[in-house]
Amino acid sequence: MLKIENLHARVEGKDILKGLSLTVNPGEVHAIMGPNGAGKSTLGNVLSGRDGYEVTEGSVIFEGRDLLALEPEERAAAGVFLAFQYPVEIPGVNNTYFLRAALNAQRKQRGEPELDSMQFLKLVREKLKIMQISDELLHRAVNEGFSGGEKKRNEIFQMAVLEPKLAILDETDSGLDIDALKQVSQGVNALRSADRSFLVITHYQRLLDYIEPDFVHVLAEGRIVESGDKTLALKLEEHGYAWVAERDPAEVRA
Amino acid sequence: MSQSPAPLPFIDALRDAAGVRLPGSGQAWLDTVRRENLETFLADGLPDTRTEAWKYTALRALGQRRFAQGDPDAATRAFDPRALGLPGVDGPRLVFVNGVFRADLSRLDGLPAGLTLQPLSQVLERDPEPLRFALSRRYREAGDAFARLNTALAGDGVMLRVAAGARISKPVQLCFVGVPASGDLAWHVRNVIEVGEGARLDLVEHHLHDAPHKHLGTLVTDLVLQNDAHLQHVQLQNAAEESVLIRRGSLHLGARSQAALHVLELGGGLVRHDLHAEMRGDQARLDTRGVFVLRGRQHLDTQLSIRHQALNTASESIWRGVADERARGVFRGAIVVAEGADGSDASLSNKNLLLSSLAEIDTKPELEIYADEVKAAHGATVGQLDERALFYLRSRGLPYAEARALLTAAFCRAVFTSLPNETLRDHFSEALLAHLP
Repeated sequence: MLKIENLHARVEGKDILKGLSLTVNPGEVHAIMGPNGAGKSTLGNVLSGRDGYEVTEGSVIFEGRDLLALEPEERAAAGVFLAFQYPVEIPGVNNTYFLRAALNAQRKQRGEPELDSMQFLKLVREKLKIMQISDELLHRAVNEGFSGGEKKRNEIFQMAVLEPKLAILDETDSGLDIDALKQVSQGVNALRSADRSFLVITHYQRLLDYIEPDFVHVLAEGRIVESGDKTLALKLEEHGYAWVAERDPAEVRA
Repeated sequence: MSQSPAPLPFIDALRDAAGVRLPGSGQAWLDTVRRENLETFLADGLPDTRTEAWKYTALRALGQRRFAQGDPDAATRAFDPRALGLPGVDGPRLVFVNGVFRADLSRLDGLPAGLTLQPLSQVLERDPEPLRFALSRRYREAGDAFARLNTALAGDGVMLRVAAGARISKPVQLCFVGVPASGDLAWHVRNVIEVGEGARLDLVEHHLHDAPHKHLGTLVTDLVLQNDAHLQHVQLQNAAEESVLIRRGSLHLGARSQAALHVLELGGGLVRHDLHAEMRGDQARLDTRGVFVLRGRQHLDTQLSIRHQALNTASESIWRGVADERARGVFRGAIVVAEGADGSDASLSNKNLLLSSLAEIDTKPELEIYADEVKAAHGATVGQLDERALFYLRSRGLPYAEARALLTAAFCRAVFTSLPNETLRDHFSEALLAHLP
């Protein structure tokens, strides 16, 4: 589904990603962990096509297509979804209206028929079972005046409606209390399926108690320095990121 | 006075205008008013950018153009009346084509009790005496050159009165249509509107066109609200892309009267809109909301002036401007709280959005306070679309142009949320979106 090879990326003239390689197969959940400044969020932004991220080397193939050649909206239509670490407030744009416009824009790009408002409302009601957000939030401007938890839930709700093939969760746990974390995780888990993959970017192991990954990767200084199963996250939690750095590279590769 | 040996074509084309017969010609006082105004205009010429009110709008190019005065064929020009329809607006209607009243396109049957609605041309021919005061008004400011020209040459327009206590439930629609003629022509319209004591009026002013043309239209509108009167005034300006449209409104508010103005300006090549509001009675309230959306090489200049001159009056003004491509927008908002106008509450916000690096918007809020216990606030900004918001929308699948349009419409929306006619409000949003490139 996703094949990242030797990815190098630069932000404001500074090299952040320095040869990152990663393969994600359909249905897999990969956690990307790492200390601050390791390049975790840069990875999410490069994959979703944000301006200001310059790829200097390497390739990203998504479903057989050169992902890096696509505009952000084309990536979305192809099935890439980024749950933002800091969802943007957009005053004056109604949440439901926006979501319908986004879904229909994606369907149009894929050559699928657009949904009318009745069909869309039916879909919304269905998806509310996965990620409950209040009627009031549905009818407010996008993220405007939402609490931190409401913003993150809104991201997952959008994901539920847009049904991406690859969901990138960028520090979705940041700023969430334990109840909100559980709710958001339940929403994500409900969306797991055999043909939907997840890239869960997080600083803390805590999120992975609720969203159980198939693979855990440690990102440090722009590269993946260690990969393992979910027990790797527990080791990190116990020993801290310094533990990875202190270990012999040969041992890491073994 | 130095007389240039080769006068500007614009002025030269007006030399013969004095001899043209207009509705009401032959009335001694009206002939005098018209002649004097024309002479003053010809002597002073067009204002240049040294005149403060025209600082950002140069009229050099206009001065080089020649316009025929009036459209002799206006009465018979074909125009599809369906274009006049506005959703949520189904009341009486007065239509002018190239500045001339068209009974065939208007809807004046069964006017509600208390409403007088007539074309000015008819009033001038039958009995102009009641309009003597309004039409004799002198415009002394250097910036008011077009008001003088209008006073000299206007032969038609709207005469509207709402009797004291009358509540006109259906909106009254005033349509000003520009239609191509064999050449460029100038038309001038004068509107005199009065809302009687305790009366209510909904007014929809619609400027539209059916095909490209380069006419010049001037409109001078006097609006008087007697004590306790209520006015909702909506203006939708969709004039021809290369036309010149110059409007001057004056609004006088009596005690406890309330006026709400909503303006959407989309059309025209060179557009000027002056609004002078005077809060003359205690506790009068004025809300103005306006937005312009410009593209191509459009140039639009809004000059809002609000004068608080009675006790406990309030005004709130929210204006937005959007300019794309090479368009240029100007907004000047001046609030004066006169001596003795204690307890005034005035606020003015003007935010502008540049969608292209070649577009320009100049904004100038001004506040002058000569009274005590006044609440006043004003602010103006010029900015660009929020890149983070743009990326957020695109990351959800909205193409760039659609995301940009959605954000631009959202930026403008604050201006229309207070428009009570919901159907019309939706239409405004759609018209605005359709105008974005």
